[in-house]
Amino acid sequence: MKRLRSIATVFLALLGIALWGPGARAADDTIKIGYIDPFSGAFAQGGDASLKMFQFVLDYINNKGGALGKKFELVTFDDKLQPAEALIALKSVIDQNLPFVMSCVGSNVGSALIDAVTKHNTRNPDNRLLLLNCGQLATELTNEQCSFWHFRFVGSVEMRAVARIKSLPPSVKTVYLLNQDYLFGQSIEKDTKKYLALYRPDIKIVADEFIPLMQIKDFSPYITKIKASGAQSLLTGNYGPDLNLLIKAGVDAGLDIRYDAYLGHVIGAATAIGETGEGRLTSVMEDHANVAVEEHNAEAEAFFKRWQDTHDFSFIEVPGLTQFEMLARAINQAGSTDAVKVAQALEGMEQKDLFGATNIMRKDDHQLLHPYYEAIFTKDVKYDSEHTGLGWKTEAKTSVADETLPTTCKMKRPSS
Amino acid sequence: MQIGVISLLDGLVYGMLLFMLASGLTLILSMMGVLNFAHASIYMLGAYFAYQISHWVGFWPAFVLAPLLCGAIGAAIEVWGLRRVHHNGHIAELLFTFGLVFIIGRAVQMAWGMLPLPYRVPASLDFPLFSVYGENFPAYRGFMLLVSAGMLFTTWLLLKKTRIGLIIQAALTHPGMVSALGHNVPRVFTIVFAGGSLLAGLAGVIAGNYFTTESGMADAMGPIVFVVVIFGGLGSLAGCFIASILMGMVQTFSVVMDWSFADLLSPLGITLAANNLLGEILTIPVSRIGPLVPYVLLILILLFRPRGLLGTRET
Repeated sequence: MKRLRSIATVFLALLGIALWGPGARAADDTIKIGYIDPFSGAFAQGGDASLKMFQFVLDYINNKGGALGKKFELVTFDDKLQPAEALIALKSVIDQNLPFVMSCVGSNVGSALIDAVTKHNTRNPDNRLLLLNCGQLATELTNEQCSFWHFRFVGSVEMRAVARIKSLPPSVKTVYLLNQDYLFGQSIEKDTKKYLALYRPDIKIVADEFIPLMQIKDFSPYITKIKASGAQSLLTGNYGPDLNLLIKAGVDAGLDIRYDAYLGHVIGAATAIGETGEGRLTSVMEDHANVAVEEHNAEAEAFFKRWQDTHDFSFIEVPGLTQFEMLARAINQAGSTDAVKVAQALEGMEQKDLFGATNIMRKDDHQLLHPYYEAIFTKDVKYDSEHTGLGWKTEAKTSVADETLPTTCKMKRPSS
Repeated sequence: MQIGVISLLDGLVYGMLLFMLASGLTLILSMMGVLNFAHASIYMLGAYFAYQISHWVGFWPAFVLAPLLCGAIGAAIEVWGLRRVHHNGHIAELLFTFGLVFIIGRAVQMAWGMLPLPYRVPASLDFPLFSVYGENFPAYRGFMLLVSAGMLFTTWLLLKKTRIGLIIQAALTHPGMVSALGHNVPRVFTIVFAGGSLLAGLAGVIAGNYFTTESGMADAMGPIVFVVVIFGGLGSLAGCFIASILMGMVQTFSVVMDWSFADLLSPLGITLAANNLLGEILTIPVSRIGPLVPYVLLILILLFRPRGLLGTRET
């Protein structure tokens, strides 16, 4: 009897919390975005960083009025970078009737989400939602897998490859390709080879290697191979520990090579690589703190400074800012958060980003076209990264025109 | 030839590091029958403590203090946690250590954040020791090798030449009998758990600044350590040593093997097309699936010799 009573008490308490606690809201004054990313496990740092940057972006957007008089709000779901978990999270998003879902980390997750959202929207025309891609870069997502319901606000791997290849100095004649063995890494390898052949046929690819994702602790055997190949540049799409450990091993072994990375600027890289990367590491990025200084853009610099003063890592989400500015405009234009209306307002939209460049959300494949900056990791900068004393300095820039590439997307549009 | 020599050295260093981690785990597993999932988490704690202490005082104090702290935490886990859960059976102990993984992981993230920490190799050890065919062998790797070898020797000495070592050895294979003879087996258990945790912490201290120190490091190291322990066999440190070196070599040498199984078959006149499943599997170069090989070896040993290489005890 006593046990029954204690069980009943606990049950009632939980019921009370559920009904009257923070979960219960009578009327919604906010536009909710379901945000699925890894917030636990080995990849938590990516999701956590992204969340902080998007909260900063949303504070900025909400202070300027949000959309339709309402503020934006993120509702987070943890997917542990597993497509299966992301689909479970998507189910929660749909059950809660959130009009938008976004996800930034892991092209494998992005691929699963596009598939699931497209199927759901086709089968449930009265309960549709839009998928906003804030960082899943595999080119396939806007080519073979393109969907009317999916909008990508960061350049594809292909666009990045163009920026990467075009910024290689003429003195580089031999490259070693090293990539992670999953959708994103394979996409990088494919597009690197394609654009090397197109823009730099003089460059010889001495090796083309794949490594399993986030498994390798000891890169010294790879360094041995790279050294034996005699390559001048290590062209790699690796990020996270796969990049940090690679560079550390290379510098320790005294390898004299350029580290031309695709994602050398993501969170944690500067801290892990530190001084060993000075003058050696280059990366292609959508933005960095010193662009504002280089382009004499006071408003942008103020934005970055506000972030830098209150955070330990660099802000790299200018595309995220563009994403929400465009979303707000689209919702205002559509007059509601209805998926079809917002999508129709979004596609084809042009928006000036924080640096004043006109970005275009292309209608054919729902890919945002924006400029890229190729930068080198060096001491000679105003804003450093992660308190290392080193930061990014732009060496080359590709324009929106350079980045407008053909797409194979055959988009199926809804009839209603 | 050049690649062979360098890979041998690299494989040795990595294997010794694995041994440092796995030896503690095998002792705990053999003696107490507890699969300590939190072992890799203590390794991570060792790295984080070492960073913090070296940030405040210096690397050498951290080298001494951090493993001791981890040993103390191990003792605390055993006395206040495992001992209470012990009478509920092996599954309960397993779940307890599994739960610890999440608690320690989250605690570390809350205390130090999610970014990798700037835990660096000390300047006194940051130079190339010698160079092999033009490639530098950093002094710090030599240090890692030295520490692992020293730890191996000390553990061997402790187990074979001291009284407590004899009791531990006996308890490894016949815990019931040792208890019946009047020895304080629970205290021995605590010592072993603390010792294992100290070893894991030490591994964290020396590996944390060489590989990066970040919140995912426990998840990254955990699986391979289990493979080593099971492959080497329960109750056998020698087996654990052989398995660690083997796995270290396999991981290292597989990277330089750019051929695939199909290449092996082609001199026999058999060519495989890559468009069917079997063909696709056999045309993958070994270097691409290298880290998978230890797990394949694990499956093989469980199929053909479940005791492990030199296992002396069935669980």
